[in-house]
Amino acid sequence: MSAISITPAAGAPQAGTAERAQPRRAHWYRQPALMTGLVLLAIILFMVIAAPLLTSYNPDTQNLNDTLAGISSQHWLGTDQEGRDIFSRLLYGGRVDLQVAFLAVLFPFTLGTILGSVAGYFGGWVDIVIMRLVDIVVAFPFFVLIIALVFVLGPGERSIYIAITLVGWVSYARIIRGEILIAKRQEYVLAAQSGGLSNLRIMRRHLLPNVITQAIIYAMSDIVQDILAIVTLSYLGLGIQPPTPDWGTMISDGQNFLTTHWQLTTIPGLAVVVTGLALSLIGDGLADLLRPGQA
Amino acid sequence: MTAAGAAGQPLLQVSDLHVEIASRRGIVHAVDGISLEVPAGEAVGLVGESGSGKSMTLKAILGVLPPEAKVTAGSVVLNGTDLVQLSGSQLNKIRGPDIAMIFQEPMSALNPVMRVGAQIAEAPQVHLGMNRRQAADRALELMRRVGIPDPERRFRSFPHEFSGGMRQRVMIAIALSCEPALILCDEPTTALDVTIQDQILRLLHRLCRESGTSLVFVTHDLPVVAQICQQLAVMYAGQIVEQGTVQEVLTRPCHPYTLGLVRSAPDVDHPRASLEAIPGSPPSLISPPDGCRFHPRCKFAEEDCTVTPPPLRLIDAGHSTACLHYERCLDDLQAEGAGR
Amino acid sequence: MSASSAVAADVRQAPKPGPMLEATDLSVSFELGSAMVARMRHQEHLLHAVDGVDLTIERGEAMALVGESGSGKSTLARALTGLERPDRGEIKLDGKVLAPRRSRADQRKVQMVFQDPYSSLNPRMTVGSMLHELLRVHHVVPNREVESYTAELLGLVGLSEEAVHAYPRQFSGGQRQRVAIARALALRPELLVADEPVSALDVSVQATILNLLQDLRRELGLTLLLISHNLAVVRHLCDRTAVMYLGRIIEVAPTETLFAQPRHPYTAGLLAAIPRMTFEAEDDAPAVQGDMPSPLRVPTGCRFRTRCPIAQPICETEDPALTTAASDPAHSAACHFAFAAVPPPRHPVDVAAAEDVSVDALDEGVAP
Repeated sequence: MSAISITPAAGAPQAGTAERAQPRRAHWYRQPALMTGLVLLAIILFMVIAAPLLTSYNPDTQNLNDTLAGISSQHWLGTDQEGRDIFSRLLYGGRVDLQVAFLAVLFPFTLGTILGSVAGYFGGWVDIVIMRLVDIVVAFPFFVLIIALVFVLGPGERSIYIAITLVGWVSYARIIRGEILIAKRQEYVLAAQSGGLSNLRIMRRHLLPNVITQAIIYAMSDIVQDILAIVTLSYLGLGIQPPTPDWGTMISDGQNFLTTHWQLTTIPGLAVVVTGLALSLIGDGLADLLRPGQA
Repeated sequence: MTAAGAAGQPLLQVSDLHVEIASRRGIVHAVDGISLEVPAGEAVGLVGESGSGKSMTLKAILGVLPPEAKVTAGSVVLNGTDLVQLSGSQLNKIRGPDIAMIFQEPMSALNPVMRVGAQIAEAPQVHLGMNRRQAADRALELMRRVGIPDPERRFRSFPHEFSGGMRQRVMIAIALSCEPALILCDEPTTALDVTIQDQILRLLHRLCRESGTSLVFVTHDLPVVAQICQQLAVMYAGQIVEQGTVQEVLTRPCHPYTLGLVRSAPDVDHPRASLEAIPGSPPSLISPPDGCRFHPRCKFAEEDCTVTPPPLRLIDAGHSTACLHYERCLDDLQAEGAGR
Repeated sequence: MSASSAVAADVRQAPKPGPMLEATDLSVSFELGSAMVARMRHQEHLLHAVDGVDLTIERGEAMALVGESGSGKSTLARALTGLERPDRGEIKLDGKVLAPRRSRADQRKVQMVFQDPYSSLNPRMTVGSMLHELLRVHHVVPNREVESYTAELLGLVGLSEEAVHAYPRQFSGGQRQRVAIARALALRPELLVADEPVSALDVSVQATILNLLQDLRRELGLTLLLISHNLAVVRHLCDRTAVMYLGRIIEVAPTETLFAQPRHPYTAGLLAAIPRMTFEAEDDAPAVQGDMPSPLRVPTGCRFRTRCPIAQPICETEDPALTTAASDPAHSAACHFAFAAVPPPRHPVDVAAAEDVSVDALDEGVAP
């Protein structure tokens, strides 16, 4: 080394003896909420993915000789009014609903994050314009707007994606914008700016990784809301179209038999509840995990 | 209630105080057996860096430790009563009339939505039984005493309308409002500018001299201690490593840590060629080093320093140190003096 | 060839004529809320954090900028670094006027070390990736040399190579400041601006960083602008010192001269206010009375007159400019009586008359 007489710092960084040691995050596998949610979701995902292995029935096959059957060894959850096996409809329907929900959350997440970052980082008229857009969307109740959009666009999967994206981005935009407003005041951002790094690079590499966690946590609860939206739309006949099975149409189909064969509606309803619960637990668990300073 | 210690008895006597904090990684021994005496009418400085336990000590004395921390051993005797044994409601009767505290950040220690005059008048109403009129008069008088200009108008102001130095004066006024015998000061000037710090230190000094109030003054800044305290205790890793009069300890430090502190701060009047830094970092309070806690960073460390924790022992009138080889500090000082 | 010689060779400046940095009539203002509302309320809505500053920094010197909160020193530092846009005045680097929106090449030349080691490093980037990014974006060295250059940079500030893979949270405060210094040096700046680099550190750690800065200056011939409120640190490290008050520089002199014979009453008060390890009983009168006025309500004439023990009627009407004495051109002060043979007699300061509106909301460490 050169002639610099530096008092040698203890070379390797000292984790435990930092002057102001930051609290270490709890290990993620020790969070009860998170673990319960993950386990539940894993079970649900396994079941819908492994549907062909778990049931030999085709969800669309009608058997008009064996309608409204109860629970039996042949039909684990019975059959519906057209003789279709409920268990297999549940699993295959779950596939559709979950897939659409997970995808449907991605588009608003991406759009909202981009717009929120731009609004928060640049401020000025960009911020004003984007926030006024947010205000307009927020003025309408979520479900009303989605239903209206799908109605206008015509029912079907594609319309679901478009509608949810156009309505759902605002929450992400607000969250990210708020986080960016705070984060951009941090000195490491000033340091990046003084290092001559471009704004795009700063937003992408320096700011986003630090603010994205809030959006991810929100996305967990957003999936639940999206599942509900899809199920609702399908219930109204505007969403997933028959013959594709899905929980919403199952609920809708079964409501005529609510007093006599309540399982037709209740079972898919329960599936929605349990899935929502799993995702909420994951969201809560993540939020606790990523929130600093919890002993 | 002014200093009422019996002749010869110190006002506050802390004996073998231990404070432990339960944390996920183990038990943190934040304060590990310290003993301190505060004579009536004197100011005792408690100096240390972050993690030394000095703030915890103050909080333990007043009984305002955070929920995960508790006093596990020792006693804190004020005017004959052991504060550690008291219940919350009993402690409340003492806080204000007998003992008060001023904090580092006046903005967070003052209620932002309550007018300043009301905050100063609160304690006399609660503890001294004054009515609103009397308490308001008292508050005005206190505001004058601490040098807040135009007190009649300022009485109805909110904390955010004051500057940092003025807020600190408000806090001092609150602390003095029931004339306690002892005021605990937790880095009250650290967040202040130099000129304002100067004003506040002189104010505190004058007020304590006039009313005979004792102080326990916590800071990391050695010259500040020299301005206001007569006695000084140096803390490291939860323990007191040196104690004595301010003059003794700062001119003839008998512990390598104290020596390091004195040497690492640039002196505005006597610039040195280079500053002597203390290598390494403060130790973990969950599993501190064996023997003397400072030995991993000490340039005078010997074999016996790693074995048993050295006790704090008297080496001179009123001067004690926890270093087994304190003479080496004095030799080092002499060598430095000769070298100049 | 010593290990850090590559970096040293890069940073060491080739001798060029003229001062390194020249700021003329520099002003930085912040808008508080809407101009319309402020006009309706008859309130000032522009905060002049820096109000007409002339500053020269010579190549290779260590200059200090001293002041208390509200003085504008941090804002001035950021304006010089290109992080704040001045609304008046110009900055010349190496004789060339810098555009308000600096080019990347110009931005490189002035780098900053920030005060808070806990927020000045991106918590989600390793030290290595942070340094690599800077080196690559600016093509400081060819891509294949980036890793070895990074290791040299870290060695220069006393950190081992293993630091490359570590995240900031694994370091202590003092080590983080070392990383911050390495980052500032990575772009081979001409001027290093250090904004209170040790204020957030423990006293014993401050010494290591101060020693490091001193060593770097010597080894690399670095030009340094140190912002500090701690005059002891300034005296230890800097050749020349400028004192700021309410957005103006009110005294500039070689450090030793400033300490030996301050010419401005504020400087004198500042020096007297520093706590010292003296043990004689002192009198109760503080060195400087009153509070700093709000930057929104700067006193007419001389800004310091509301707290000045020698203020005279002229101080209310005429704003003194920075003047020098013929005997010592290096020493200038903005006071009507700076070089008077006999200064006016001292008188008590009317503290009640001075404004003491809260300064904290206008803390120039956090620009609104």
